[in-house]
This record gives sequence, C-alpha cells and structure tokens, in this order.
Amino acid sequence: MHLSSGDRVLQFCIYIVLVILAFVTLYPFWNSLIISLNSGTDTSLGGVTFWPRDFTMINYKIVFRDERLLHAFLVSVLRTVIGTFLAIFCTSIFAYAMSRRGVAGKKFYMIFCIITMYFSGGLIPFFLVCRALGMMDSFWVMIIPGLISVWNMIIFRTFFMELPEGLEESAKIDGANHFSIYFRIFLPLSGPVVATLSLFTAVGHWNDWFTATIFINNPDLIPIQTLLNQILNSNIVSEQLAQASGGNASALDALDRLKSVTTKSLSSATMMVATLPIILVYPFVQKYFVKGVLVGSLKG
Amino acid sequence: MIIPSIVLIFIFSYIPMYGVLMAFQDYNMFEGFWASPWVGFKHFRMFVEAPEFWQIMRNTIMISLLKLFFGFPAPIVLALLLNEIRSMVFKRIVQTVSYLPHFLSWVIVAGFAMSMLSTDNGSINILLQQLHLIKEPINFLSMPEYFWTIIVTTGIWKDIGFATIVYLAAIAGVDPHLYESASIDGASRFRMMILITIPCIMPVVIIFLILAVGGILNAGFDDLLLLGSNPILRDVSDVIDTYVYRVGILSNRYSYATAAGLFKAVISVGLLVLANRIARRMGSSLW
Repeated sequence: MHLSSGDRVLQFCIYIVLVILAFVTLYPFWNSLIISLNSGTDTSLGGVTFWPRDFTMINYKIVFRDERLLHAFLVSVLRTVIGTFLAIFCTSIFAYAMSRRGVAGKKFYMIFCIITMYFSGGLIPFFLVCRALGMMDSFWVMIIPGLISVWNMIIFRTFFMELPEGLEESAKIDGANHFSIYFRIFLPLSGPVVATLSLFTAVGHWNDWFTATIFINNPDLIPIQTLLNQILNSNIVSEQLAQASGGNASALDALDRLKSVTTKSLSSATMMVATLPIILVYPFVQKYFVKGVLVGSLKG
Repeated sequence: MIIPSIVLIFIFSYIPMYGVLMAFQDYNMFEGFWASPWVGFKHFRMFVEAPEFWQIMRNTIMISLLKLFFGFPAPIVLALLLNEIRSMVFKRIVQTVSYLPHFLSWVIVAGFAMSMLSTDNGSINILLQQLHLIKEPINFLSMPEYFWTIIVTTGIWKDIGFATIVYLAAIAGVDPHLYESASIDGASRFRMMILITIPCIMPVVIIFLILAVGGILNAGFDDLLLLGSNPILRDVSDVIDTYVYRVGILSNRYSYATAAGLFKAVISVGLLVLANRIARRMGSSLW
C-alpha cells in the first residue's frame, strides 16, 4: 500500500511510542536483576540504574543457602506440578462426560456448573467451609478447591464436541469403554488445549499467594510467593534471613557479607528466583496461549 | 465420571453460597451455622452505619472508575497502534514483551513497584532528580495522594498486553475490502483507523465494557492488599473486598464481613443488569 508523508510521520511516532512502552515494561525486571547482582551497600549509594556497578553473586548465594526459601520453592514446585496435573485431569474427564450425548441430566449439570460462574458465597463462607473440612494447614487446601474449573471444563467440552463422532463409534465397536476412549483417543487428540489450559493453571498455582496466606500457618507449607510477600513486607524478616543464612554460610567471608548485603538487594534476588520459572517457561509456551485466550473470550 | 466433579462443585461453590445466610445470623464458631441465632439485617445496618462505610464506598467506586477510565481504553489503543506496524518482527517483539507481566504474580509486581518507587535509590526518584523536577526523593508508597495513581498504573502495566490480544483478533477480523476501497478514495491511515477499524471493533468493545461496568465494585484485591497494606494508606486503599478480608479473616467477625461482601454482590448484579439494559438500547448486549 502507498504511504503518504503524513502516514510516514504517524508510523514513526507509533514506533517511538511502542519502543518506549516495551522499555517501560521490561525495565522493572532489568532494574531488579541488576540490583540483585550488585552489592547491597553499593546500591544504596545510588546511581545503579542500568548496569551492575559492583558485581557480586553474594545475594544469590545467601538466597540459595536459606533453607526456608528453598523449602518454599520446593512447596511451590510440588504444588504447581500436582495441582496442575490433577486439575487438568479432573476437569477434562468431567468435560468428556459432559460432551457425550445421552447423558442423563446433562442439562441440569450444565446449569448447575454455570450458576457458580455468576454467584459465589464470597470469601468468608468459603473460608469457613474449608476450615470445617479440616483443611487448615494442609497442603491439599491449595489443590482440592481448584480441581474443577467450570471455565476450563466448557473450553474442553467445546473441543471434545468438535471431534468427529465416528471416532467414538468405531472405538465402541472395538469394545472400548468410556475410560479407554477418553484416555486413548480423546486425550491424545487434544494436545494443544491441554497445553494451553495447563499453562494457565500452572501459572495460577505458581503465582497464588493468597490461599496460603489465609489457610496456612505451618512454615513448612508456605509457597514461595507467600514467603516473598512476607519478606517484602517486613524488614525484620529479611534481616533474619540474612542472619539465618549467615549461620551456616561458612564459605562466605563474614566481613564481605556484612558489608555488601541489604534488604533491598536480598529481596531483589528473591524476586528474581520467584520469577525465574515463569521467565524460563515463557518462550516455549508463548505461542500457545494467544490461542487459549481467544478460545476463552471470543468463542467461549 | 460426572458425580465426583459435581460433588466438588457442590462443596466448594454451593455450600458457601448457602453459608451466605450467616450474614443474617450472629454466627458463632462454637455453636456452628445451624445453632446460631438469626438477627435479620443487623449486620447490614452495622456496615452501612459504620464510620468507615462512606470512605470504603468512595475508595471502591473511585478506584474502579479510575481503572475503567484509564485501564479500559489502554489495550484498545495499543491494539490500534500495533495494527499500524508493518514490520512483523517488531510487532511480535513488542507483543511478546507486553504480555509478559500478566504472568507474574501480584507479589512480584508489587515488589517491582516498591523497588522502582523507593526512596532508597528507586529508579523513578533518580529519574525525577536528574530531570531536576524534585530535590529530595519522594516516598511515594507512603503518601496517600499518589496511591490511586500507583494502583492504576501498575494495573495497566500488568495487563495491557494481555487484554490487547482480544482486540487484535477483532481487528484481524475486519473485512480488508473496506481498507482497499478507502485507500482508493485517498484516505490516510489515520482516517482509516478512525472511520473503519474503530467502528468495526465496537461490538467487541461494548461487550467488554459491559463486563467491566458489571464489575465496577471490583476495585481489585491483590494489588490493593499488597501495595496498600501500610496503615497510613488505609484511608485511600480500603475497598469492600479488602475490608471483608480484614474484618472477616483477620478479626474473625464472620457474619459482619459476609454481610459486607453480600452487600457488594447484590449491587454488582444490579449494575450488570443496568449496564446491559443500556447497551441493549445501543444495539448490543450480553444476553
């Protein structure tokens, strides 16, 4: 298409605006990264904006020596893996059943599910129900209430219903029951949907800090985001963190540690560690989720 | 295959819905739901008459309105800008970058905001000092007058790219013939944007606007709780949801907090119906 000079000026302005936008989006990451790689005392002198001035790995050494943090990281990993696997399994098998024809009461079940998307009891009754079920301070409180997502069920169901009917028919003639049809035919065919929804579920699990905040007091079960929130919100905790890790960090030069670690540098390093899994996974799954969002919003 | 899921939904969605009735009770932990005395609208009256009620309502409505006013058009503008980009590589890079914050937890985003705004070598303060706009670093996160700006900005930062996806898809669905005939008539790119692209994506925009208006009392939760937990900020940061959390979970006043939550839910449904009615007059609606 031909571009007039006015169009060219417009294009140029748009490029500038978008470059600024991309910069503004990325800069907070970069800033935290370089602060985590700079010695804390040097950072507090000011002027560390684009490059680490006094490069050091000591913040990460301390973070990776802190057992509480490593433990929280492990809790998050376990929770994400188990929670995502079980949620996708339960939701998709439910969706499979709901996509079959001739299931008694299917319409009732559908309405039953959809109502929950518009009405909810709110935080307090939900909290009391979970507590009444004895799920305070239990790992499963982070998994079980989220097993069935009605939204994801509908997406799965739409996908299953679009698969050709002949698949199910022929498998039935070969003597397959519903479970083997689901496991051997439907699940393998729905790779992209499973990938997209798993991604969203996993990110949700990894990022959730609130569930553990209200349900969990046992420090052994705190996931990393919740712990990070506690660290960011209280200087005392991070000082303890520095001291606690100082106790078993014999390899580190004590004087060096005293000089170079601050709350800010340590919490930056912790934030980077908590973000790391997402940054690592992001490039591989990026192409899937655009499709996922569109399935969820336009066709939903 | 259906029953276990239905049971789960029943336990975690329907029992809490039924539990809402305790807003009309003096719920007592030891007597339980069944034995607690019924007290009618007592807790609702207490909530409406509470000294902090007007402040909470003002914060809830103002924060949502500000988010709607600035946050709602932002992804539409970004989608329009991206649509003008010819270089696919550049477009893809900008898009990829702009989605990224959506996948971070609010804890991290709040951490970034605290770090950028801190007086201890925060980048914003450094920038403002180098531009000679301020002399001393400003402690943004403990000054109520900046709080709403910070909340709206971090919200846009986090979700602008992700919300753009839908609008870009809508723009991609516009009939290319319209652009061809417009360019034969000598329309500039800018006029095409105004006269073709924007009218064509209006139905999608209106649907999302209805949803946004229906959620007008959802001022946000994570962001307000994480960035506004400082008691100095409570006058501007406390909304219904954070209030429910504070009096309910932290102070164990279950019935009262449930009443406050229910109050919000009822108004929200009313607003959604109202918004949809207005939209139907304009020719598109949700149902």
